[in-house]
Amino acid sequence: MTGRTDVPPAGGGAYGPLRRKEDARFVRGKGHFVDDIALPGMLHGAILRSPVAHATIRSVDTAAALAHPKVAAVITGADLAERGLAWMPTISADVQAVLATDKVRFQGQEIAFVMATDRYAARDALELIDVDYEVLPAVADALLAMAPDAPVIRDDLPGKQDNHVFDWAAGDKAAADAAFAAADVVVAQDMLYPRSHPAPLETCGTVACYDPLDGRLTVWSTSQAPHAHRTLYALAAGLPEHKIRIISPDLGGGFGNKVPVYPGYLCAVVGSMITGKPVKWVEDRSENLMSTSFARDYHMHGEIAATRDGKILGLRASVLADHGAFNGTAQPTQYPAGFFHMFTGSYDMQAAHCTVTGVYTNKAPGGVAYSCSFRITEAVYLVERLVDLLARELDLDPAELRLRNLLRPDQFPYTCPTGWTYDSGDYPRALRLAMDIAGYDELRREQAVRRARGEYMGIGLSFFTEGVGAGPKSQMDILGLGLADGADLRVHPTGSVVLAISVQTQGQGHETTFAQIVASELGISVDDVEVVHGDTDRTPFGMGTYGSRSTPVSGAAAAVAARRVRERARIVAAAMLEVAADDLEWADGRWQVRGDPEQGRSFAQIAMAAHSGLELPAGVEGHLDASAVYNPPNLTFPFGAYICVTDVDPGTGEVRVRRFIAVDDCGVRINPMIVEGQVHRGLADGVGMALMQAIVFDAEGNCLGGSFMDYLLPTSMECPSFELGATVTPSPHHPIGAKGVGESATVGSPAAVVNSVMDALAPLGVRHADMPLTPASVWRAIQGRPLRTDLAAS
Amino acid sequence: MQVNVTVNGTVFTREVEPRLLLIHFLRDELGLTGSHWGCDTSNCGACVVWLDDVPVKSCTVLTAMADGRRVRTVEDLDRGGQLDPVQQGFAECHGLQCGFCTPGMMMTARWLLDHNPDPSAEQVREAISGQVCRCTGYENIVRSVLWAAKHEGGGT
Repeated sequence: MTGRTDVPPAGGGAYGPLRRKEDARFVRGKGHFVDDIALPGMLHGAILRSPVAHATIRSVDTAAALAHPKVAAVITGADLAERGLAWMPTISADVQAVLATDKVRFQGQEIAFVMATDRYAARDALELIDVDYEVLPAVADALLAMAPDAPVIRDDLPGKQDNHVFDWAAGDKAAADAAFAAADVVVAQDMLYPRSHPAPLETCGTVACYDPLDGRLTVWSTSQAPHAHRTLYALAAGLPEHKIRIISPDLGGGFGNKVPVYPGYLCAVVGSMITGKPVKWVEDRSENLMSTSFARDYHMHGEIAATRDGKILGLRASVLADHGAFNGTAQPTQYPAGFFHMFTGSYDMQAAHCTVTGVYTNKAPGGVAYSCSFRITEAVYLVERLVDLLARELDLDPAELRLRNLLRPDQFPYTCPTGWTYDSGDYPRALRLAMDIAGYDELRREQAVRRARGEYMGIGLSFFTEGVGAGPKSQMDILGLGLADGADLRVHPTGSVVLAISVQTQGQGHETTFAQIVASELGISVDDVEVVHGDTDRTPFGMGTYGSRSTPVSGAAAAVAARRVRERARIVAAAMLEVAADDLEWADGRWQVRGDPEQGRSFAQIAMAAHSGLELPAGVEGHLDASAVYNPPNLTFPFGAYICVTDVDPGTGEVRVRRFIAVDDCGVRINPMIVEGQVHRGLADGVGMALMQAIVFDAEGNCLGGSFMDYLLPTSMECPSFELGATVTPSPHHPIGAKGVGESATVGSPAAVVNSVMDALAPLGVRHADMPLTPASVWRAIQGRPLRTDLAAS
Repeated sequence: MQVNVTVNGTVFTREVEPRLLLIHFLRDELGLTGSHWGCDTSNCGACVVWLDDVPVKSCTVLTAMADGRRVRTVEDLDRGGQLDPVQQGFAECHGLQCGFCTPGMMMTARWLLDHNPDPSAEQVREAISGQVCRCTGYENIVRSVLWAAKHEGGGT
């Protein structure tokens, strides 16, 4: 541990900060990513995209492109329509154009797909396609899109006469209104969580290879959910699912970007079927930022009610959710606003009510998260900003106000006003540890001294609770597929094992952590566990990696499968030792006779015996292989306390993050080194989101965030050296007590940064400014003219 | 046009289009896929290689510009199977997660340590400030490079 923990990490024998198995290939430049694949005869695909945000397509002329000597084929929307593939289902029960047939509805929308013998020629040929557009008025402003006279974007939907997508509500409105009526103090604030993009360093791409002889389709793809993709290809394209093999090789990050099936993937599949050759399609960075999966874009109004002495009574929120041109947002079917209604966060209160309205705009579709735990990011930001504003209204220290209202350990399991049941937690302990690491009281004293000197130093807190590991099949599905995951564990005669899992690492180190889980359960070395993933022909079905669900769901499946193996081993050990199975106990990584520990067998000895001629009891087949499907009984609820210290230059509006303290409690830590790495990543996300990252549009719907020159990501210069701490509160219902951590810091940290900057600017009377707090945005806030950060300044 | 480029000590003579980017020459023509392409705009540095001993972003260098010059890529970092201390440092300090930015980061780190064997954390941050990592928050990359600085000279 580099930080501090007030509880020693619990867990099995192989848990600990083990160096990663996968690094041997990565540090040698031998990772195997989709764009590294080169197959004989492979064609390179490129997509022609709309330069305008809203237009009727009068015609598409591909003759000149087809005449290019290196072009093998061109596909248009009309070609796909003949196959019934011009539109595909989204994961939110909407449809999305694969290649546009009638209109284009966002800048960057897919119109035609060219396949050529090299990647440069494919690009050249795009220039030869002639599209005749009749430009229509565009609406990029979610607020204007709801106006009665707004241009109707989705006229493909029968009878659609507005841009409304859905209305959704949670909580008890009457109870919330009563709590507000009884309150001494009510604080309200409008706030925007701007559109952002996960921007993994590797963009999305695919290599599709269709074999016409046996009808098998092999797709190497940047997929966080290879099994779900296989089923989607079967459903969307009518292909027999048993003939489809999805291979997800090493992924260069994902963060939600690589959950959906994108038009480019389908074009490559169709292209391979048409040409009989393998087809590669890899998007460039602008395509990535402009077309595949945005995140956030929530226009929120929040209100918090409290007593004069700082007891929070209730919370209300109304949200306008910009879903872009097609509703492709990713969340369980039952929750159109994801888990946003976990918005009461970490606080004890009587009542809460929220409403969310979804709206179509002429912006890219998606909404597939970005490490957001299904919209809990937006919820945490809302409540943590409101709590800070309440503290200011009550003239209370924001840490003190939080300590007065955080859920107490004795309240768990706790059912919040909108119905979620949190599994376990000790919130005050985590916050006090963060304050201790930060030297909170000393920071406040320093701030007072600096303020007296006219310097603007901020101290910002946030406390978050996430619900991750979706989820119980009875409560949630995606496209009718329950969110359970399988694990297969094969045991070889010498006692080494192969674990096959359904989830897909994008850098989280599954080859190491899942081996640690199995090794701990079986009392064997981590080196004796091989983890197989990312190949639907070699792994059991499961819904993949997003929503921090790998460890909570698939990790549980791995542990359960290993325990089944261990029970089979018990029967074999009993036969070896000629005792009853009940007389054996599992201790020190082996089965031994209760009361006679000398009489025991290691896992390797048992494995060999299981494959030998040893006579086993009737009905016992021998071998030790086992599998499991884990259907989680509940989500798991990680939490944490973050403190961010900033210095703000009021003359330029520049914010420097001086310190960032993070205490995370993700339950049992399988590999603390990897957990800390994940927290580091999320804290950098918080710095980026709060200060830099936004996909902005102009009034015509032009995307102004289409490259890394405009969509700014944090570098080593913006990120401070992070200071971490940990508490460990195991999940009571998870087989190994783990809760998941992949998204925690992304969810929890932006509010700490914004609260810190607002704290710094408090002497100037600044109450709120929207993210990203760029120098221009901060400067304008100081002038009392806050910027609207989702639209280009007019 | 014909180019002669020395890559990792071997001279390669190839007929290429004048517009061919060095990153695509390395990856597509020579099959050296350790260097990655990430952004097109010289912002991310996944494509960093050495050109005549200086780190460059190979997505914005034409192959033609490398004619008659030396290129060094991540595939040349280890020596006869022995990892460079920078490679060891990244594995030792969890300086990578997805591994996509790692080759470029390591090439910059190797150059830094060749010119400043005992850098401060701030100097490491400045050296990699033209590159993007989406996984580590940079903290462990800095630690990895400092680890390598401490373990230069053969031992670990």
